[in-house]
Amino acid sequence: MGSIERRLEASTVRRTGANCAIQADLNVSGASRSKRFVAIFLFVFATLLCSIPATRAQQSSDAVPAGNAQNGKKLFMSDGCYECHGRLGQGAAQTGAARIGPPQLSFEGFQNYVRAPKNNMPPYTAKAIPDQDVADIYAYLKSIPMPPKGKDIPLLNK
Amino acid sequence: MTKQMKPAVDRRNFLKGAAAGAAALAAVPASLAANPEPIESKRVPPPPMSPAAETEVPAVAEVLTADRTGSDFMVDVIKSLGFEYVCANPGSSFRGIHESIINYGGNKNPEFITCCHEESSVAMAHGYFKVEGKPLAVLAHGTVGVQHATMAIYNAYCDRVPVYVILGNIIDVTKRAPGVEWFHSVQDAAAIVRDFTKWDDLPISLEHFSESAARAYRVAMTPPTMPVVLVADGDLQESPIPADMKLRPQKLTADMPPVGDSGSVAEVAKLLVAAENPVIIADRTARTPAGLACLVDLAETLQCSVVDQAGRMNFPTRHPLNQSDRARAAVADADVILGLDVADFYGITHTYRDQIERTSRPGTKSTAKLITISSDDLYIKANYQDFQRYNEVDIAIAADSEATLPLLTEAVKHIVTDDRKRAFQDRGVRLKAAHMQALERSRDAAAFAWDASPISTARMCMELWGQIQNEDWSLVGATTFVSKWPQRLWDFNKHYQYIGGAGGYGIGYNAPAATGAALANRKYGRLTVNIQCDGDLMFAPGILWTAAHHKIPVLHIMHNNRAYHQEVMQVQIMADRHSRGITNCGTGTTITGPDVSYAKLAESMGMYGEGPISDPKDLGPAIKRAIEVVKRGEPALVDVVTQPR
Repeated sequence: MGSIERRLEASTVRRTGANCAIQADLNVSGASRSKRFVAIFLFVFATLLCSIPATRAQQSSDAVPAGNAQNGKKLFMSDGCYECHGRLGQGAAQTGAARIGPPQLSFEGFQNYVRAPKNNMPPYTAKAIPDQDVADIYAYLKSIPMPPKGKDIPLLNK
Repeated sequence: MTKQMKPAVDRRNFLKGAAAGAAALAAVPASLAANPEPIESKRVPPPPMSPAAETEVPAVAEVLTADRTGSDFMVDVIKSLGFEYVCANPGSSFRGIHESIINYGGNKNPEFITCCHEESSVAMAHGYFKVEGKPLAVLAHGTVGVQHATMAIYNAYCDRVPVYVILGNIIDVTKRAPGVEWFHSVQDAAAIVRDFTKWDDLPISLEHFSESAARAYRVAMTPPTMPVVLVADGDLQESPIPADMKLRPQKLTADMPPVGDSGSVAEVAKLLVAAENPVIIADRTARTPAGLACLVDLAETLQCSVVDQAGRMNFPTRHPLNQSDRARAAVADADVILGLDVADFYGITHTYRDQIERTSRPGTKSTAKLITISSDDLYIKANYQDFQRYNEVDIAIAADSEATLPLLTEAVKHIVTDDRKRAFQDRGVRLKAAHMQALERSRDAAAFAWDASPISTARMCMELWGQIQNEDWSLVGATTFVSKWPQRLWDFNKHYQYIGGAGGYGIGYNAPAATGAALANRKYGRLTVNIQCDGDLMFAPGILWTAAHHKIPVLHIMHNNRAYHQEVMQVQIMADRHSRGITNCGTGTTITGPDVSYAKLAESMGMYGEGPISDPKDLGPAIKRAIEVVKRGEPALVDVVTQPR
């Protein structure tokens, strides 16, 4: 048998109390090969968004460095962000990755989380993703439009 | 798999019993028979061949045929156990049983299903059981066959599914032909899987075979249900049955499943009735359709949260008490948590963080009472670690949860007061609201990337749902790798509408298990659909041919993300942790360059195939066309190029 995928049970997301943390439920027992209990995951960027008061988030967004959305889209793929978050940053319950497209965090919160994630997302140092690349990725995510609500898509209501 | 030609003279051409003995004695020169010297020194050259020597009538005729051999009786036994099918890749070590099944047995009950890999044979039996509630038999070589089958047997073991494995082998060295049969013989054929099977035996007589066959069936089917192995010796298969030998299959009696003791059950009932926020966690709870109904009865009596871990189809997804989509919140708020045959109770009651320092902490209140009812506590082995971390609980009942549910529900109904009933009703109202909010959140989440290409897993699942929701459908593929969108958005309410996953997370399970499940569904006329991961299918794609050959109607919707995607993420975690750059994580983990055309693969196996489809607008019509094929009794595949998860 060749390469094997591991189990990653579908994760759910919960919001709790004061910090409103979005917590990835990683149930990674039962690996088929190699190490078990692996986590995966991911940009749970919304964690910080929820923990930052709206006013502060607004202030921070004013300080967003200029980013190149086109380059950010390329980086989003080549840096592997899409792996857990999906190509449009839609998130995935299975990976525990929050929806980040469009972002729910200020740029400051976004960058802080990339550098020092609180949950299971792997850390991305400046060596791996320089600050300007983070800004470009953020610009790409900001360029993604909000979709209609689920109730407005007939197929989602069958 | 080697299918060898036998030498003209070997063990199988000799007749057993008196006639054979007399013939052999007559053929030995008198001088040799009387002389005790080593045979080697008396070896004589074969007689010269000539037309006359080859055509003359010998003085004593060698008996070369037999009306009834051991394998015929073995088939009698197999039939007595009620197997509908036997799955196998053909192999010479069980050629006797093979021939007896298709000729003596009329190739019916069991019917021989041709598989292209032993892993597929076992996984078909795995999927079949979870729909039908009965095991299938699997035939395999005792060496190279079971070596192929091991991972699938391990999956079935971890998933607590009985698979009835019969291995061909030749024990007696004097009965083996030189060459291949020695490579295909083994002292202890079942040893390779003994760590993850429940029982095995090597019968050395037909009576022994009959007894062990019945015993194996009972052992396999008694919770915790698990695979068993029976070794069918080649010489026993092919030797004639002496005319005076009286043989009969043993009477099969099903064991009653182990039920929790009434005192412990009453204690659990008290805790549940008194609790403010009790939560029931179900996983491999509903072994049968009755299990689903029993769980609904208990939950509605208590008006409590149910979290379905989806090892089986345990609880209707649209039931207002279903809180699976907010499982962590429900568990965190609970004061009593009842786990029913939960594979990983520790995992659902703890949170876990995978960074350089791995940490976990309870996800429950410190005062919460934890209760388990599980048949896993009745049988545990040491080597393979599927039993998960030890979980501290307040009450542990070692019993089958489905069989215990009626007793528990009755105990709850017996003690519940009118005051508690009113409290239950209030709780039910709150839970219904929470359920509806969770459903709305899932719908909103599914809307993101709705029109994306590659197609989002949510869109793919909903396009499928749109085509099947008015059919008698059965989803037989695991939903783990599509973020469980079906459970979050579809309306499941029948036991056969979901069968869980592999158990051991061994990849290569899904396609053959889905085909086995479709085989079970076929006689009921159900529309069987499967969401099929690309990496999984690539392990043994010959299962597509098996479905086409045997006309097993199943619709495969390919979740083609062109990767062993879990490993893409795993490698990236390591690269991030080491700050070594993250652009090489596709090396060794992706299935691109070239991309696989699964539609053409299906067509090459004689199956309808369509795709690759990467525009979501094209997907619904393609699924509709494929369903028309499946409704005609044939398999079909639609290749969908998808987002990772």
